[in-house]
Amino acid sequence: MSLLNLVLALPLIGFLLVLFLPKNNINAIRLFTLVLTLGIFVLSLGLTGPFFASGNGNWFVTDVPWIQSPEIRYHVAIDGLSLWLVILSTLMTPICVLVSWNYIKDRVKEFYAFLLLLEFGLIGVFVALDLFLFYVFWEVCLVPMYFLIGVWGHERRIYAAVKFFLYTMAGSVLMLVAIIFLYNKGGTFDYVNLVELIQRGRLTFTHTEQLWLFLAFFFAFAIKVPLFPLHTWLPDAHVEAPTAGSIMLAAVMLKMGTYGIVRFCLPMFPNAARECAPYIVVLAIIGIIYGALVALVQPNMKKLVAYSSVSHLGFVVLGIFSFNQNGLDGAVYQMLNHGISTGALFMLVGYLYERTHSLEIKDYGGVANISPGLATVFLITTLASIGLPTLNNFIGEFLVLQGSAQVNIWWTAFAATGVILSAGYMLWMYQRSFLGETNEHLKGHMHDINARELAAALPLLILMVWMGVYTKTFLPFVSQANARILEQSRSGVELRVVNQNPGGNVAAVREIPNAR
Amino acid sequence: MPANFMPSSAELLRFLPEMILIVMGTLLMVLEPLTKDKQHLGVIALVSLIGAAWASVMAYSNPGAAFQSMLVIDGFATFFRVLVIGVGVLTLFCSFAYLKRENAEDGEYYPLILFSVVGQCIMVTANELIILFIGLEISSIASYILAGYLRDDKRNNESALKYFLLGSFATAFLLYGISWIYGVTGTTNLAEIRRVLANKDIAPSLGLIGTSAALMFVGFAFKVSAAPFQVWAPDVYQGAPAPVSAFLSAGPKAAAFAIFLRVYMTAFESVADTWAPVVAVSALATMIIGNFAALLQNNIKRMLAYSSIAHAGYVMVALTAHSNIGTAAAMFYLASYAFMNVGAFAVVTHFARKGEKYVSIDDMAGLGWRQPVTAALLTVFLLSLIGVPLTGGFFGKFYIFKAALDANLVWLTILGLLNSAVAAYYYLRIIVVMYFKEPGESTADLQPLSAGVQAVLWSSAAAILVLGVYPSLVLDFAGQSAALAK
Repeated sequence: MSLLNLVLALPLIGFLLVLFLPKNNINAIRLFTLVLTLGIFVLSLGLTGPFFASGNGNWFVTDVPWIQSPEIRYHVAIDGLSLWLVILSTLMTPICVLVSWNYIKDRVKEFYAFLLLLEFGLIGVFVALDLFLFYVFWEVCLVPMYFLIGVWGHERRIYAAVKFFLYTMAGSVLMLVAIIFLYNKGGTFDYVNLVELIQRGRLTFTHTEQLWLFLAFFFAFAIKVPLFPLHTWLPDAHVEAPTAGSIMLAAVMLKMGTYGIVRFCLPMFPNAARECAPYIVVLAIIGIIYGALVALVQPNMKKLVAYSSVSHLGFVVLGIFSFNQNGLDGAVYQMLNHGISTGALFMLVGYLYERTHSLEIKDYGGVANISPGLATVFLITTLASIGLPTLNNFIGEFLVLQGSAQVNIWWTAFAATGVILSAGYMLWMYQRSFLGETNEHLKGHMHDINARELAAALPLLILMVWMGVYTKTFLPFVSQANARILEQSRSGVELRVVNQNPGGNVAAVREIPNAR
Repeated sequence: MPANFMPSSAELLRFLPEMILIVMGTLLMVLEPLTKDKQHLGVIALVSLIGAAWASVMAYSNPGAAFQSMLVIDGFATFFRVLVIGVGVLTLFCSFAYLKRENAEDGEYYPLILFSVVGQCIMVTANELIILFIGLEISSIASYILAGYLRDDKRNNESALKYFLLGSFATAFLLYGISWIYGVTGTTNLAEIRRVLANKDIAPSLGLIGTSAALMFVGFAFKVSAAPFQVWAPDVYQGAPAPVSAFLSAGPKAAAFAIFLRVYMTAFESVADTWAPVVAVSALATMIIGNFAALLQNNIKRMLAYSSIAHAGYVMVALTAHSNIGTAAAMFYLASYAFMNVGAFAVVTHFARKGEKYVSIDDMAGLGWRQPVTAALLTVFLLSLIGVPLTGGFFGKFYIFKAALDANLVWLTILGLLNSAVAAYYYLRIIVVMYFKEPGESTADLQPLSAGVQAVLWSSAAAILVLGVYPSLVLDFAGQSAALAK
């Protein structure tokens, strides 16, 4: 059993074990989940081994038949693109356990069971290389999150949970149609085989077919990202979810969408992707600005952070559809950054909520006077989120903006306003809630960050700095994987030599994409 | 000459399951006045069903025709025989506690179930329209009585009367269709009809075949509750005793689909291009009506009735594809559907309590925290009905829509799958009520699960998960049997 299979199976085994733990022994349940998820995290760090030893590639491959007819295989592997996303999932789960330690008082057993099931689904999504298997994990993620929101959420949790489920379901059934169509045409669900068939021209689609297939996949992913105007489920789900649910949603689940676009949409349907790119980029830029503007006027902290996610994810989509190394690297890096900084923001907002049971900014003020530790952690996270140089988001946003500028300077110009706005809404929120006069309501409720809470926040703070100053740990594998994906996504594009020297050396080759 | 009429022992063996059920059913009728504890009769019925299932499996070791090709025992027939007998077994397990609760432990219940099952067995083995009709009638008449089994109950009476009147009307159409086809082809044997229709020289005009196929379609569509002949289903399922609703929505429906598939895929296969569009429209209408009407229901039995209409629509999509893959997909779907639906109705049987007092969805508030196991198993059934991966329901849908795409039915596939997203809403409502609402009064005096219902729930859930994780077990058999004896 390879390490990857172990990392994938342990959360599922843990889920079953937790179900059989005695219901009343809350401590045992919490402790068991914490130890297990930490163990999974440590194991998952081992996945980096072959990358550091021998560079990017498909490592830890398991490819065995699952169902004979139609041929569905259990094909999992990990490459530079999925490596950090898997580790992000395994890191966020123990953090969520710590965050929920005292917050979840009812139905504790079920809560941690669902959290483990969610981890199983998320890891599965990032490592599945069989389209069918990918779809299975994709849907498996849906169920635990639905329960996390619906059972442990706030007042409007039912509305939010159902909306979340239906939105995702509607998108994913279209993806299922596309997956079946691909199978009927290509004779396999295997992603690696399919991409190879497409690369070699042995599997070709008409223009319309490719466009529809691309859109079917893209629609499912865009809902998850979420891309404007499909984002409306997100504020509801984020606001109503319990803290751990918000963290998992923001930090990892949204990445399922962007990961899917990079992994499947670009290499399999390169021409359609390029054809649609201008429209998608416009939507992404609208999302960046719209999300930021709406965040600016939110009176509710969680909603503010939720809308900031719409804005941040717009950058990711913009980077992906720039179709160049910088843009794509920035997009993937930004996925990780957003996971860490927004995950941390939701965690900290959750800490505040635990103390005062309010998410309204107006109920706060002067928190820094009473809880300096919490204020410091919040400030670092805020600064990371707005993209201060030396912190992680700066790198991702910079690469994205650079990549998009290589294509069209106007994209960059518009998108960059999002960076400015983000400084506006985040700092303004910080100012209103942490600085100034201490709000009367807070007295007696507010206490400083405690050791458990700090333990949950500290890894994220370290990563914010680490990823901001020493990208070399993370970026090379991502770049290599991206380079391969860009290579694959170029196959259908016509290349033309534009300037040939008398000597015959090709001086410049410019892509002539279909629609740019 | 008379020697020719004596069937060979091999032929008798092929007919053994039906013989067991008929003999035992009649015996139970005779024993009824003589037994004090009627539950013993139920146990005998159970044993005879299990015996019949065993006989069906044995019969398949020597497949072939029986009684001058009036019956045919192929993989397809065996699959459905075992399925309908299995549904009968599950229904009996659901019924024990129910009948006791309603003070209705009369012995007739058990032979009626056996007769209905034997009718379905005959239907699925029929290779000839008259036998098919006889099987259908045996099954239907027993079902009519079962639907009104609690004869002092108003809703039972309404259910039975509606079912009987509309059902007879529909079977009349079927019979009329059979007489037409006999008139134009001179035979009622499916293989013969197929031969005549395929031969251009002797085939009657398309108008005549179309009319007879359409008349038969009315009968079949009624039995499977496909649009526009679905109106009876909600009233009947709502009014009938809960275990009977479970039975009706799974067994007779599977058998009706079996004959639907067999007739249209053998006799009428050569004119498939003519009927496929009609079935496609009906499939689409069935899915849309079922799903959208289910959205509005508050009574859980009625909601499950509309959901069962919607599921009939999915199977009709497989029929529209009219290919072997489609047939196999329909077989697989009907099997997993039987488990999930009987399971869901079993929970209703348990939850409704005396006089079926609690059948509103809101009554289930907080069930997830009062009876976690019941709620968790119902959740498995509901997720399977939604079509979430790792459940049989998902693979069923997957194979059906795969077959549809194979047959280039792109729009039907897209609309069908979007329909299943709509369906998620009303199934989720039950989960919402069970887990996201605080327990109310209606769950306060809930008794623990009876052993019978427990057996049904656990075995159905296990079957659904097995079908969801390792579908090859059933699908391979379905795939081999999908090429019907022609």
